[in-house]
Amino acid sequence: MFNSYTETSLSFDSALCINCKRCTQVCPHAVFTAGPTCVSLDRPSACMECGACALNCPVQAITVQSGVGCAWAMIGAALRGKDMDTESCCGENGSCCGNSGSKQKASVCDCGKKER
Amino acid sequence: MTEENNTSIFETKKKTITGTQTCGCADNCCETPAIQTTTSKIIFADRLDHLLARLGWNRLNHSVEPGLYRLGDPDAESPVFASANYTLSFDALRSSLAGIDAWILVLDTKGINVWCAAGKGTFGTDELVHRIESTGLAGIVSHRKIIVPQLGAPGVFWPEVVQRTKFIVEYGPVRANDLPEYLKTHTATPDMRCVKFSLRDRLVLTPVEFMHFALPTVAISAALWFLAGPFAALAAVSAVLSGTVLFPLLLPVIPTRDFSTKGMILGVIVSLPFAYVFGTTPGLPMWAGALSAVAALLLIPAVIAYLALNFTGCSTFTSRMGVKKEIFSYVKVMAGMAAVGVISGIILGVSKIMGVI
Repeated sequence: MFNSYTETSLSFDSALCINCKRCTQVCPHAVFTAGPTCVSLDRPSACMECGACALNCPVQAITVQSGVGCAWAMIGAALRGKDMDTESCCGENGSCCGNSGSKQKASVCDCGKKER
Repeated sequence: MTEENNTSIFETKKKTITGTQTCGCADNCCETPAIQTTTSKIIFADRLDHLLARLGWNRLNHSVEPGLYRLGDPDAESPVFASANYTLSFDALRSSLAGIDAWILVLDTKGINVWCAAGKGTFGTDELVHRIESTGLAGIVSHRKIIVPQLGAPGVFWPEVVQRTKFIVEYGPVRANDLPEYLKTHTATPDMRCVKFSLRDRLVLTPVEFMHFALPTVAISAALWFLAGPFAALAAVSAVLSGTVLFPLLLPVIPTRDFSTKGMILGVIVSLPFAYVFGTTPGLPMWAGALSAVAALLLIPAVIAYLALNFTGCSTFTSRMGVKKEIFSYVKVMAGMAAVGVISGIILGVSKIMGVI
């Protein structure tokens, strides 16, 4: 009750994990815990969907629909009839972090990571 | 002041380096990249800049020039740190590295802090690779390691940085002031890896939050003063101050996890004294008193809840999926409350103008 943060879009496939532990280094909320053969997803509800783990996982064992949880931008997008999911928090009149910037366009890399 | 300015990062001495460059870009590879010099000293001008940044004054102009900086007397073995070109990010890094000789690679994040810029991708793989190449870093240091702030990770795909530059990305701790401890072992403790959202962290955000709403608040308060008296104006100011200053400060102690319901709880508490005073105004018919009280009880919590919901963007732990859920659950309720509150106010205003009350 009164908790909208019980579920996230984070998912982890332990079978793919190569135990590089990068996710444990980049997660600011200790969502993953290091283990002997692979990491474990211990605190999924603490995930804030920043996407650092998924982007830095070299074998794509982690997926998450990353984005900034900025109500201001999302309500603004909804009111303008735009997609709430693709609107970044930092529009022209963004509330939290200034002006707009180009979204990162990562190119395809040899290790199978798709375009982001 | 002038003497101080001479050592400021804004008055940096440019040193030109000679030597082989590894820039792969044909257009600008003939320009000699300059290494700038900085210190770990924070002077008055820096502190003033930090204060103005915190107040949201000229918010996009708190930036340093991107490029490579020399801190202390670094050599080819010295560590390399990446940072954003936002003065608060850059100054946090350089001041934490007092007594350490190092290189600082400042990325062009358009004057935005590391975490926000990483979320947007401006602190990202391409910019990191570009800065490593354009500064000729490979010809300056003998090792191939760059320490990137942990909060830059949402923008950086490390295997690609390695592949394109041969530089290994090492994620440092969340907070720059943990760097001296981190450098001893190059391992961050679990505590160094976690973002906190302390009272101080929340406090420094409140001026910008308030400034966003300052102008409309002044306008609405002035209008209310003329229409309904100074106490009504005070109610408007109290609602905005509670939503933008009190709410962030009390965030962890207000019950419920959702920001909207937290705001609603705070809003009801703040509105009660106003509802009581409005409802018991002498000389007012009972229906008008009740309607005034209802207006306060609906409008103030709606405003504070909305401001509270907006604070999700500043917090360090709300997920987008959760925020979206909050929007769908509560925005209609807030809008409904505000609408009924405004209609009540209009009825009261019209009644007053027509001499009914």
